[in-house]
This record gives sequence, structure tokens and C-alpha cells, in this order.
Amino acid sequence: MIEIINLCKSFNGHVVLDNLNLAINTGETTVIIGRSGCGKSVLLKNIIGILKPDSGQVLVNGKDVAKMDEKELNVLRLKFGMLFQGAALFDSLNVRENVAFNMLEHMNSSPVEIDKAVKESLALVGLKAIEDKKPAELSGGMRKRVGLARAICIRPQIILYDEPTTGVDPIMGDAINDLIIELHNKLKITSIAVTHDMTSAYKIANRIAMLYNGKIITVGTPDEIKNTKDPIVRQFITGAGKGPITEGIDFEHLIRG
Amino acid sequence: MKKILDLLVALGHRFMDFVRYTGGLTILLGQTIFWIPMPPFRRRQIFEQMSRIGVDSLPIVSLISLFTGMVLALQSAYQMQKFSAEMYIASLVAFSMTRELGPVLTALIVAGRVGASITAEVGTMKVTEQIDALETLATNPIKYLVVPRFLALMIMLPLLTLYADMIGVIGGYIIGVYKLGISHAMYMQNTWHPLKYKDLFTGLVKSYFFAIIICIVACYEGMTAEGGAEGVGRSTTSSVVVSFILIIACDCFFTALFYFVMR
Ligand SMILES: Nc1ncnc2c1ncn2[C@@H]1O[C@H](COP(=O)(O)OP(=O)(O)OP(=O)(O)O)[C@@H](O)[C@H]1O
Ligand SMILES: [Mg+2]
Repeated sequence: MIEIINLCKSFNGHVVLDNLNLAINTGETTVIIGRSGCGKSVLLKNIIGILKPDSGQVLVNGKDVAKMDEKELNVLRLKFGMLFQGAALFDSLNVRENVAFNMLEHMNSSPVEIDKAVKESLALVGLKAIEDKKPAELSGGMRKRVGLARAICIRPQIILYDEPTTGVDPIMGDAINDLIIELHNKLKITSIAVTHDMTSAYKIANRIAMLYNGKIITVGTPDEIKNTKDPIVRQFITGAGKGPITEGIDFEHLIRG
Repeated sequence: MKKILDLLVALGHRFMDFVRYTGGLTILLGQTIFWIPMPPFRRRQIFEQMSRIGVDSLPIVSLISLFTGMVLALQSAYQMQKFSAEMYIASLVAFSMTRELGPVLTALIVAGRVGASITAEVGTMKVTEQIDALETLATNPIKYLVVPRFLALMIMLPLLTLYADMIGVIGGYIIGVYKLGISHAMYMQNTWHPLKYKDLFTGLVKSYFFAIIICIVACYEGMTAEGGAEGVGRSTTSSVVVSFILIIACDCFFTALFYFVMR
């Protein structure tokens, strides 16, 4: 159970998250949608404790992440897996060392175990025979998938996905959706996924939450969101150019230049 | 009145930036020292860094100290010949190299070569979220990135300094013996005899402090880099500039200290 209570975060006076409240149930997949730049990545980083809230709390199993000391945080983080938006693979390490980073650093695994775990994780994201390549030799979508393999390598209890399907082709994107669903069904993993891709959101989500102006304005099942009356959510999910979100912005002027 | 106030405000901001910067360096140094004795010890990474910092710097350090030794000998010959005191050229070269030029030149070379590359590497890791990723993988970035570089520099910079001292003396020898006609025995005697243990020691003490400066400034600049490739470029420049300034200031301080205290 992850509870986010009155979370506020701003950068140099620019308010990104403003009294945000959200509860994430164990074993569920929660998808967070919202416009580009509305603070979804910032929210994920607050949950895992890389960013500290200005005020408010993030409680994971009842404990405040911002108040933990280094030891507690490390124990907690081994239960978390995170896929970064830009994959954030370590340039100086090859794919094997990247994927098995946790095992190499924190566990006394044998090379055979490591090799097996790496092969398995890479196979889950549809990659093989690239263990000895460096991240710079991979395509953007491949890097994203290696990042995903790293996040799931030690089968954490909670996985945070920052735009898992962005930058991969539609077929691979759907395979990733299936992978997220499978992890959820088989291993009962709690997932929080950020995405703009509504097809993916409807497919993987148990619940969808929309972030707008620093707050969660709606939470609901995919069906509830599909049939929402809220004009802001409606505009976002249908991708309409005109509506309350873009009120006062003149797109004609963009076209005419 | 308004202008004076504005000036004061600007000065205040500058001062606060300065305090923040030195504070940041001090905190990073403290944390680095705290993490050194904590397991795991990354022997492989330390050796990798030692080879990048030390072995790869040998050619440029050799070149510069050789020429510096030669120039020192030639310049002093110009003066000494007036008093027919050429034989002291040997001791002059030996003293200047071990006490001053060896440590400082080596530190400046390493700050330019290694400090810049540390900042660029760590800075790129910062702006591409690799440092955040380290934290999410329950790994302390200071332990993982700074400590191996710190130890490698602490070991390699003094060794490079000793090496530079030696090459500098060889440079002086080439000029002294082959150009100015001082005998081999005379040159060697005038190099070794007046040179005391403490001359080497003062040079080495300096180089330890220079190693700390280079590593901490480079890593701090890297870890605070912001704003993509441009930001990394800016951090790299200021990393080199700040380490140069601090190295020279620190050198001045120690030279004065040794002069007054250890005469
Ligand atoms: N480290 C930071 N320093 C300053 N501002 C930041 C920082 N990180 C994020 N921001 C600001 O916070 C806001 C939200 O950023 P965030 O990356 O969370 O957006 P996002 O919702 O993930 O967008 P996208 O869908 O495009 O990834 C942006 O306006 C950004 O400028
Ligand atoms: Mg984002």
C-alpha cells in the first residue's frame, strides 16, 4: 500500500505538485496519465525517494519515505524496480552488468545464477544475445527494454514504469503491455505506470488516475474513465485540440506561425 | 542610494554562492571520507581509475617535466655563468623540481586531463539520470563513483609527482652535462648531496592535497551539473578553472607554511 498525502513539490518557485493525494493498492496496476510536463516523472521520483517533497508525505507500508535513513531506504529500494523515462542505463557497463546490477552489487549470486537471470529478464522484454554490448550500441527502443529488464531482474514487489511503451514500435509496445499484465497476474506485483498512450493505459490498468495542475483530479477504473463526464479528462483521453485544457491557447496562431 | 543597495545585494548573492560552493565541497569531502572504509571495496574500479589517471598521464607528464628541467638548467646557467657558479645548477634544478615545480605542474596537468574527464563523465551521468538510477538500485553514488576516483588519485598523483621530479632532474642533467660541460660526478653529487628528505616530503604533502582538490572539485562539479550537454560543458570548464585556482592557492599556502615552520 502506497499512500501519497498532501504532496507538494516545486522547483525554483515553479509549483509542479500541489497538495496531491493518491492511494495505490497492493497488487494493483495504477496508471497515471497527464499532459507532458505536468509532473508525472517528478511524482514517481518522490515515491521512490530520489526527490524529497517540500511538504506532505509518501507512505510505503505506513512508513514515510522522506524520513528514512540510508539503510532503511536501501532495504526499501531493493523492493522497488524503476524504469526511467530515458532508460538511464549505465554507459560504462555492458548490458549484462546493467541488468544484473542489483545482483552484482547486493547479492552473493554465482555467475551462473546471474547469467540465467539476465537471459531470462532479457527474454521477457524480447531481447537476446546482446549481453556484451554497451548501451551506446543499442537503439533507443532497445535501451528502453534493457531498462525494463533491469527493473524486473530481481522481481521486486513494486515496479514504477515511466512511459514503458514510448519509443518502442507498436508490436513491441503491446508485448510490453502483456508483460506488465503478466507480472501483475503471476507475481502480484504492485505497479505504477506513467503513460500518454491511452490504448496501453486501458489495457494494463486496474485504475487510472489523471494528474492535472499538480493534483489528481480523477481516479477510476478504465471503464469509468472511458465514460467520464469530466470535460478535462474527456479532452485528454480523446485527444481533442479544443477543450478546457487548452482554453485560451490559440492553435490557429501556431499553424499560421 | 538605490544603486548602492543593488550593489550590496549583488555582493551578498555572490557571497552566498561562494559559501554554498565551499560548503558543498566540504560536505562532499566529508561524505567521501566517511564512505572510504565502508564495504564493498571496489578493487577493480580503483585499478581501472589508477590506470586511467596515472599510467595514461605518463607521456604528457614526462614531456612537460623533461622540458621544464631543461629550461630551468638553461635559465639558471644564464645567471650563474656570470659568477662562474655553474656547478650549483644541479642543486637548483633538484630543489625547484622536488619542492615546487614537480608537484604543481603534475597537479595542473592531471587537473586538466583527469579532472575534466571526471567532471564530464559524472556530469553526463547526472543529466541522463544515471545517478538517480544508482540510488534507485540502492547504491550510494558517492561510494560508487567518488570513492574509487578519490583513492586512485591519492595513490597516483604522489607517484606521478615523484616521477616528474626524476624526469625534471634528468632534463637538467642533459643540459648541464652535455651542453654546459659539468662533469657527470659533479652533477650527480650536487643533485643528491644537498637534497634532503624533507624536500621530497614537502612536495609529496602538497601533492596529497592537490589530489583531494582535483577529485572533490571534479566530482562536485559533475554531480551538480544541470541542463544537458551545455551544462556538462559549463561544469567541465569551471571544474578545471576552480581546481587550477585552488591548486595554486594551496601551493602558496604550503610553501609559506614550510618556509616559516620547517626551515
Ligand atoms: N530537476 C528539476 N529541476 C527543475 N525543474 C524540474 C526538475 N524536474 C522536473 N522539473 C520541472 O517539473 C515539471 C514536470 O516535469 P516532469 O518531468 O515530471 O514532467 P512529466 O509529466 O514527466 O512530462 P513528460 O510526460 O513529458 O515526461 C516540468 O515543468 C519541469 O520543468
Ligand atoms: Mg516524464
